[in-house]
Formats: sequence, structure tokens, C-alpha cells
Amino acid sequence: MNGAAKTPLIEARGVTRILPGIVPTTLVQNIDLVIRENEFVAITGPSGSGKSSLLYLLGLLDLPTSGEVLIRGRNTTHMDEEERALTRLSLLGFVFQFHFLLPEFTILDNVMLPMRALARLSLPQQRDRARDLLASLGLGDHVHKTPDQLSGGQRQRVAVARALANEPPVILADEPTGSLDSRSSEQVFELLRDLVEKQGKTVVAVTHDLDLADRMHREIKLMDGAIVVDEVQARR
Amino acid sequence: MNLVLDIAWTHVRARVRQTGFAVAGVATGVGFSIMMAALMQGSQEDFTNRLVNTLAHITVSDERRAPPPQPAESTFQAAEIHGLTPEARRRGIKNPLATMAALEAWLPGAVGPSVKVQAIIRYANHDVATSVTGIDPRREAQVSDLPKQMRGATLTALYRATNAIIIGDRLSEKIGARIGANITLQTSEGARISAQVVGFFHTGVRQFDESGAYVLTKTGQILSRQTGLINELRVRLRDPMNSREIASRIENDTGYKSVSWQEANEDLISTFIIRNIIMYTVVGAILLVASFGTYNIISTITHEKARDIAIMKSLGLSEQTVRSIFVIEAMIIGLAGALAGFLLGYLLCLALGSVEIKNPFIDSDRLPLAYTYKHYLLAGMVALVSSVAAGYQPARKAARGNPVEIIRGAT
Repeated sequence: MNGAAKTPLIEARGVTRILPGIVPTTLVQNIDLVIRENEFVAITGPSGSGKSSLLYLLGLLDLPTSGEVLIRGRNTTHMDEEERALTRLSLLGFVFQFHFLLPEFTILDNVMLPMRALARLSLPQQRDRARDLLASLGLGDHVHKTPDQLSGGQRQRVAVARALANEPPVILADEPTGSLDSRSSEQVFELLRDLVEKQGKTVVAVTHDLDLADRMHREIKLMDGAIVVDEVQARR
Repeated sequence: MNLVLDIAWTHVRARVRQTGFAVAGVATGVGFSIMMAALMQGSQEDFTNRLVNTLAHITVSDERRAPPPQPAESTFQAAEIHGLTPEARRRGIKNPLATMAALEAWLPGAVGPSVKVQAIIRYANHDVATSVTGIDPRREAQVSDLPKQMRGATLTALYRATNAIIIGDRLSEKIGARIGANITLQTSEGARISAQVVGFFHTGVRQFDESGAYVLTKTGQILSRQTGLINELRVRLRDPMNSREIASRIENDTGYKSVSWQEANEDLISTFIIRNIIMYTVVGAILLVASFGTYNIISTITHEKARDIAIMKSLGLSEQTVRSIFVIEAMIIGLAGALAGFLLGYLLCLALGSVEIKNPFIDSDRLPLAYTYKHYLLAGMVALVSSVAAGYQPARKAARGNPVEIIRGAT
């Protein structure tokens, strides 16, 4: 395995998630997984194989029915809601298939939202950081626009900027290019790749686009809620 | 601005029309409850004032609550006597001057002696049963507002003629007696005198204006055919609200029946209590209905914003933070509603205050209204609390939801 010396950032130990119901549905079953610093991981698999469910479990959005998820070596199983929220706020950044920006706020405000919730920086510092982030993603001219005034690709880049707001070591992306045309899709992919290769972040992305998955550093393939392939790919 | 406030304010502002209706609902509730409270309390105070100032605060009469027992009954416990009329007593308060002096020694107020006689006024073919009170005009100012209620003459006019009489203005209209008219007074004791009308009074309470009359103490004693008679002591207190306690103390001390103005008007006072119960019920119902509006709008916002809530939670905003966003929205609606309601309530009071209405009990041409900050405070507090209570449930439900379900389902 590549980079065994690196600290595990996210670790899943025997994670199983079963949706209760008249007919209980198993989303993922007995997943063991280690994600380390500076990895670029693709989670692939057919529809319903549990890709997104695994991502939500790794991102503390969902709780495993059994097993445990460790973030930087800390077991999250016994954290309360507040503590889990704080962990998400400071250590994990999310990007979804849809941008999920708050429609009433400017994109600057949207990017500042996680910073304001964490309140680690002063308000002017937060504003400067949000501006810098947006400028570095080529959106410097649009900071006072609302999301509906931007194109799909631009919105998704704002969503990435928001995910980066509190400088989390990990970005978790759920089909980040799924709703974009091929040009925008390529831009967002390059953005994510740069985060890994130039800024040393870890990106875990769920995708059904096998071309994109091929261009990432590691591919985890799921089938019926279980890992069938976990391979490090040759770098291009 | 604080993040929570900022988001809450943005949500509310983005729905001016919807929140406007919720705010209008609360404002209507607050406004009308302020108006109702002002009207209820105003009319009650107005009526009480008239009543209190027209009647003596406490009337001590020469009667006893129960007829005196037969001497044999008090001597022998076993004795029970049937078929006897109770012992007849000489009328009047015994040794009135000493009794008055004893009362004045401790009473926080003044005492005035008077003679009360039931008489029939005869004038121009009218026979009207009248309650005639014999008073001392020089002391009257201390025990009643009668000097202020005089029309066309002062109380000293009673000295102007032998057997002078002052009658209520409605009584004078009824029998057609003007100043200078000679009327005949006849009592059950058999006295019959001719008296000259020297003035009118107007208390505003119909009962007195229609059947009340004042004469000098001396004239009253002639009418009751008993010289030196004083059968009523009228007490005026500095604080009329203490009347009940002081009346029972007088009764204990003297043994004479002492009736406070509250006791004399018990039926009215219990009417006031019922009125207040009705008022608070109606006001409570109005505010409750207004809080349904708040519940509605907060539920709507949380439903519309389900996606935003999910995304905020996935970004790492805690449940409590998300919940407080919507509770604060409810609070904004409650607060805005209360403030608008204060204005509405005040304007309604002004409008009502300018309406001329004939009140059947008391003749005032304007509706009496009580303006007090307490009504505003109470209505405002109830509105705020009920808004927050109405917003809390949908806010909690929204904050508790699992963001994954919404993110998965979103397209």
C-alpha cells in the first residue's frame, strides 16, 4: 500500500449500516478502510452499491449500525451530536452533486458560513479568507452575486470553496461532477486534483465516472455494500 | 451580526408577505386585547369611582344583622320562645356624638351623622317614593362628593328656606319641579310637611338621581317624628378599597350594621369578576389563534428550507444552532407583531375614546378607557411567549431531521 507511514486520517472498522424498516436494507456491510493524508481516493461501484452511504458514514453524517469510524485516531462512536457537528465543521469538508448553496446569501456569505459557525477567525479575517479562496478558484469577480446568478460549474466551485473554508484536511465529495457538463466537470476535477497534489489535502470522491476514477490515485470499488477492489493506481 | 440572527433575519425578510400575515395575526391579537383590556378596566374604574364617590364608603345604620334575642333566651340556654315579635327598640344610633367621636379616633377618614327617612314626594299629581337624607351641609364635604355634584345651587341653599330640599335632577324632571317649587313630603310615621326645592344634584348614578333627596338634619328628624334622631353614620375613608375590613371592625365595635360600598354593590362586583373572566378568555383565544399563524409560518419555512437545514447540518452546524435559527424567526414575528399590536391597540383606544355612547348605567358620553403600560406589557409578553412556543415545535423537528435523507432525496 502506498504511504503506509502516513497517519490515518479516517479509519473505518467493521462499519455496517442497516436501514431499519419492515424489510431492513443493508447499505454497507463490514467495511474496513483506512484513508491517510494526501490521498486522492475514488469510491466507485454500480448504483445502489453503497458508495454514498459509505461516504456519509466516513463524514459522520450518518451513524453506523455497528462498527466504528475514527477521525484522526479519535473514535466518533460515542460522540454526541454537538461534538460530531464540531468535528465535521473543523476537519471535514463536503461537496455534493448539487451545490447546495444557501440561495438568499451571496457566495461570499456562503463561503463564510462555516467560518462563522466555527468562529475561529475574526469577521474581517473570515471575509479576507473567503475572498482569497474565491479568487484562487477564479471567482474573485463574483463575490457579491447570489448563487442563481452563476453557472453550474461556478456554483460547484463555490461549493468547493465553502468546503475548504475551515481548512479541513479532508474533502469528501459525493458525485461532485455529476450534474455538470464535460467542460465544467473537467475544471472541478482539476480543482480537486490540485487540492491533493499542490495543497496536500486528502480528497475522497464518490463517482460513477470511471474515466475520472482512473485518473485518481486510489480506487475503492464497492459491490452490494462491500469493498471488492481497493487498489492504488499508477500515477500519470 | 451573529450567524444565527443573520440567517433567521434573511429567511423572514425573504418572505415579506407570508411573515407579514403572521405578524398581522399577532398584531391583531395584541391590538384588540389591549383595546379590550383598556375598555374593560376603564369602564370598571369609571363605574367604581362613581359608585364610591356617590355612596358613603361605609354606611353605619341603626339596624342589627339579626333581631335581638328575647331576654329569656339569653338567660336560659334551653329556652326557646315562639310566637313573639322581637323586642321593639327605640330607633336611632344611641348616643351618636360619642359613637362618632370613638370612630373618628381610629378611622382613617371622616364620619358624618345623618337621618335617613323614606318619604313620598307629592307634587303636581305625582307620587314618588324617595329616600330622603337629613345632612349637615357644613360636614358633607368631608363624607361625600355631594357638594361637587350640585347643580344650580350650593349645599348651603338648604339654609335658605324652612324645610328646604335638594332633589336629584332626574327626579325633578320626572315630577316637573323647578327651583322654588313647593312639594309635599309624607312619611310612614305620619309626618307631612311642605318643602321648597332649592337645588338639584347629579351623581351620574341613575338610582340616586331618580329617587334621592337631601334636607337638613333637623328636617329629617321632623319627618321621622323623633327629635335628636341620628340613624345613619356615613364614613368616608382615605382609601376606599379598605372599606370591607374597616366596616367589619366598626360593626364589631358598635354592634350596628356597617355596610361597605362593596357589600352594598356585591352583585355589581361579582359582575365585574365575570366580565374579567370573559375578557381574559376572549383575549387568550385571540392570542392563541394568532400563535397558530406563527406556527404555520415557521412550519412552512422549515419545510421550504429542509434542504438548507440539511446542508447546514452537514457543514457542521449543530442541532441547537439550527433550532435556534427558527426559534429566533418565531421570536422576530412575535416581537414585530407585539410592536405593531401596541400601535394598533393604541390607535383602537384613541378611536374608541372618540366614540360617543350612551351607557345605560351611568351617563357619560365618552367610553371610559384605562391607559396603562401593564396591558401592553401583558399582551406583548403573551404574544412573544406564544410565538416562541408555536415556533419551537417545528424548529425542533426540523433540526432533528437526518440530513442524509434530504441530501439523498434532493435533485
